[in-house]
Amino acid sequence: MSNIPDTLKYASSHEWLRVENDVGTVGITDHAQNELSDIVFVELPEVGKTLSAGESCAVVESVKSASDINAPATGEVIEINPALGDNPDLVNDDPYGEGWFFKMKVTGDPEGLMGATDYAEMIGES
Amino acid sequence: MSDARATTTRQRQPPLHDVHARLGGQMVDFEGWLMPVKYSGIVEEHHAVRRTAGIFDISHMGEIWVSGVQAADFLNWMLTNNVNALEVGQAQYTLMCNEGGGVIDDLYIYRLGTETFLLIVNASRTGPDALWLEEKLEAFGQKKNVTLKNVSAEYAAVAVQGPAVAGFINDAFRGSGLILVDRLTDLKKNEVDAFALGKHDVYVARTGYTGEDGFEIVAPVECIEAVWDRLLVAGESSGLKPCGLGARDTLRLEMGYPLYGHELNEQITPFEAGLGYFVKLDQGEFIGRTALAEQKEKKPTKRSAAFRMLGKGPPPRAEYTVWGKDEVWNTGDQSILGKVTSGTQSPTLGVGIGLAMVQAHYAKPGSRFEVNIRGKYLRAEVVRRPFYKRPD
Repeated sequence: MSNIPDTLKYASSHEWLRVENDVGTVGITDHAQNELSDIVFVELPEVGKTLSAGESCAVVESVKSASDINAPATGEVIEINPALGDNPDLVNDDPYGEGWFFKMKVTGDPEGLMGATDYAEMIGES
Repeated sequence: MSDARATTTRQRQPPLHDVHARLGGQMVDFEGWLMPVKYSGIVEEHHAVRRTAGIFDISHMGEIWVSGVQAADFLNWMLTNNVNALEVGQAQYTLMCNEGGGVIDDLYIYRLGTETFLLIVNASRTGPDALWLEEKLEAFGQKKNVTLKNVSAEYAAVAVQGPAVAGFINDAFRGSGLILVDRLTDLKKNEVDAFALGKHDVYVARTGYTGEDGFEIVAPVECIEAVWDRLLVAGESSGLKPCGLGARDTLRLEMGYPLYGHELNEQITPFEAGLGYFVKLDQGEFIGRTALAEQKEKKPTKRSAAFRMLGKGPPPRAEYTVWGKDEVWNTGDQSILGKVTSGTQSPTLGVGIGLAMVQAHYAKPGSRFEVNIRGKYLRAEVVRRPFYKRPD
């Protein structure tokens, strides 16, 4: 079973969002990293770029394929995870911790995201 | 993250479906078959095959019997390699081409008797192959002396690959072969024998698609689970791991082996694909010979090149465009040289590797070009196949 922390919000496209004082941290879920397996490269958005919720903004590459990552909220990118350049496998090892993708200054209230229970149900693990 | 793995009702489940479910296989669509792409992880499974042993379900592959007094003559007319060079108990990689030299399929042929052959063909090509063989048998005019039987629905197959396999496979199939050997590991590379398993015959060839020592076992659907279980038990203490199609793909790509639909199709010839070794122009008349002889004389204008990325970055993928300064037109501008046909991050080498169909003068080892990866032009160098060589 996947790890699905209660404290996060989830997009149907398998990104998670943690908002603290308007700053949202974004990554992909444990379920997503497990499905992808063996992540070998992560392409992140540029700091300063303004993203709209649902917009494709990053790419995660496993051995098998390249997948788009969508912004779970609207706002400006303020920081990217520099560790993923040399160690993309952090996404596999610690998807909610050291494997975070980027931080954004969130504009308004994020919409259309799920809580842990609904996300668990969506991936068939409720 | 976009998830494009929709399932359809037309998918066929392999006979080992229950086994995959029990082992936690992640199932995906492959050419209409619901097959495991991985169990524990592609890289882990890949390393298992390079270091110890892995077992693959390859039941999606097709099987066609060709038998009769004129079977060898018919097959020699249909295939590019020399069937007459095969003794009973030998297997051969070969290609079936159309009149223009384009590849209908790449396949393995087992000679199981003087007049009995088994063709192991690609899942996606089983239908087209069977039709092509039937159509050409009409033209061959020896229907009384050649029998074709597409038995793909009645047979399943398993591959067991890796340096540790020879140490345990005799425990899975005891006793001597029905054709050739006293025990299974007496088979040499590209030899094949039949073994009795209950009331069934199973065919075991010392062949594979990984670059490692290993065997491929073709068996009636009714007993494929027994084959799988026997191998799993025999290999358990050697670290035998179930492996999915994901690792099968990275393993074959490290060897530079072609995959039909990527490196090969009906518009690509064996010479263009770098498979000229398997075309025996002097074996007598065969379909595509005239066109292939002409191409060999003139040299192909496009060729499949094995390349590795220079420096860190995302891995190349099929369909990415390949760019370079065109020496033919010498415009000084970058232009498209061709396209990537397969690409991945090599688990063994830790770099992006791929195969690309490019203008022939760029296919030589040492040539450099650039791969367009999401708008960035990243440098790559053409290298000799295989990318990875097993230490002897």
